[in-house]
Parts: sequence; C-alpha cells; structure tokens
Amino acid sequence: MTCREFVDFLVEYLEGTLPEPRRETFEGHMHECPSCVTYLDTYRETVRLGKAVCADPEGPVPEDVPDPLVRAILAARRGSDAD
Amino acid sequence: MSGTGASTGGGGREGSGRDETARLARLRAGEDEAFEELVRAHSGRMLAVARRFLASEEDARDAVQDAFLSAFRSLDGFQGGSLLSTWLHRIVVNAALMKLRTRRRKPEQSIEELLPGFLEDGHMERPAVEWEKGADVLAEREEVRTRVRASIEQLPESYRTVLLLRDIEELDTEETARLMGISSNAVKTRLHRARQALRGLIEPHVRRSAP
Repeated sequence: MTCREFVDFLVEYLEGTLPEPRRETFEGHMHECPSCVTYLDTYRETVRLGKAVCADPEGPVPEDVPDPLVRAILAARRGSDAD
Repeated sequence: MSGTGASTGGGGREGSGRDETARLARLRAGEDEAFEELVRAHSGRMLAVARRFLASEEDARDAVQDAFLSAFRSLDGFQGGSLLSTWLHRIVVNAALMKLRTRRRKPEQSIEELLPGFLEDGHMERPAVEWEKGADVLAEREEVRTRVRASIEQLPESYRTVLLLRDIEELDTEETARLMGISSNAVKTRLHRARQALRGLIEPHVRRSAP
C-alpha cells in the first residue's frame, strides 16, 4: 500500500468499515511508515480539536449579543402576532 | 466571524427542568417577558452557531431571527423531551442551512494546497510532523481555540458545512446528505477533504518544533 492509498482509506479505517484484507494491508503500512502514522494521529486530533473548540451547547453564553438583534426579534414576534 | 464560540464569554447555564417547564408555560401563555428572557438567554449561543455556518454577520443575525420566529410558531409542538437550548440549537442550524441555500453560491477557493502532496510512487512529498500536544491540551489554549475557529471559517462553504454538520453537530452521513441535497458518497468525500484541509491550516501553529 502506498501513502496515497493509506490516506484514501483512512476514514474507513477510523470508522471501522475497512474490510479485510485491506485493513491488514493498511495496518501493515503503519508498521513501515511513521509519517503515515503521524498523519493518522494528527487527522484524528484535528477532528477532536474541532469538536472541543466548537461543541459546547451548554457552555457559557457569548457576551457580545447585539441588543438591536434582541429587539428586532422581539419586535418581529409582536409583528407576527399582530398579523 | 469574531470568535464567539460557545466556550467564550461569561453568563449562566440553563435552569433546572422545573424552571424549563415554568418558562414554557409562560411562553405558551404569550407572556412578553418570558419571550424576552428566552431571547436574551439563548440568542448569544445561537448567534455563535449561526456564525460558524454563515460568513456574513448579517446573514448570521437573520438566521437567528428566523430561528426564533420559527421556534415561537412551533412552541405548542415542543414536547419538552429535550432542553429548550437543544431544541433551539437544532432550529438555528436549520435556519442557517436555509440561509445558505437561498444565497447565491460564490465560486469556492481550491483547498488542494492544504491536502497532502504525493510523489509519483505514492509516497508523501513531505513527511507528516507530530503535534506538540494532544487535542485536549491544545483546546485549553485561547490562541489555539481562536486559530481553530478561524481555520474552520476559512474553509470554503461546501467543505465547512459538511464538517460542521458531521463533526460538530454530529449528524450522520445520510442526514447530512439530505440537509445538503447531495449524495452520501459526496458527503464522505467532502468530509475527508475538509478534515485534511483543516488539519493543513492548523498544523503550522501546533506542530512540534524541531529539537
């Protein structure tokens, strides 16, 4: 397996959907190519980092809510009630 | 986008289940104050979500407004099976996607230079470099969080959207495909390229320095 093929099959490997015997070939490439192991690790860390930075629906509320936006929403509600 | 992710800023968390039920009853009774409390409590977080999807601040604010109006119309249908915040979160994601659909799509910048390059024999042109720390540790640093948010924003819209829906909103491939009006295979291909491009944008700022 080449590095190009390794990168192509990376998602299926991470999702556990890479069928045998390709999985075996994929893992064989990891034993001989430290760069691809690093690529896989940092790819996985990229996904984790994105989640950690963005995904916090119960986190603190940002402070910069524009008051005009709040007022516009409330005014629009009153407008739609009046329709 | 001005870096207002959910992890920044001060403010309170959502109230207890009893508070939620009481608030819902006041909303259903049409109490103006209850609506204002709801908007003030949730608009910041919803704006942060909309900004991730929409590059234009005006579009993001419109999406939040559309989301609230849609939520107000659907209040009677809200079963209370989830938190109000979770319900509103889903609604603002849909409103942002709707906004993306109705806007004229701009030509997208190529992401090829952010993807790994390969030699003719299939080896990587440049070996991958380890990162100085794991994601958990890096995510604690404000400059990294700002960089990651900016990098996500920097992705072309079609890649950013699929990455947000799959990796951040954690929708499955089929649901993402349905919402974006593309095939499941296109979602998989685009997600892989989006993650690689994001990795390429982040790497220079988190790579382990040479010893």
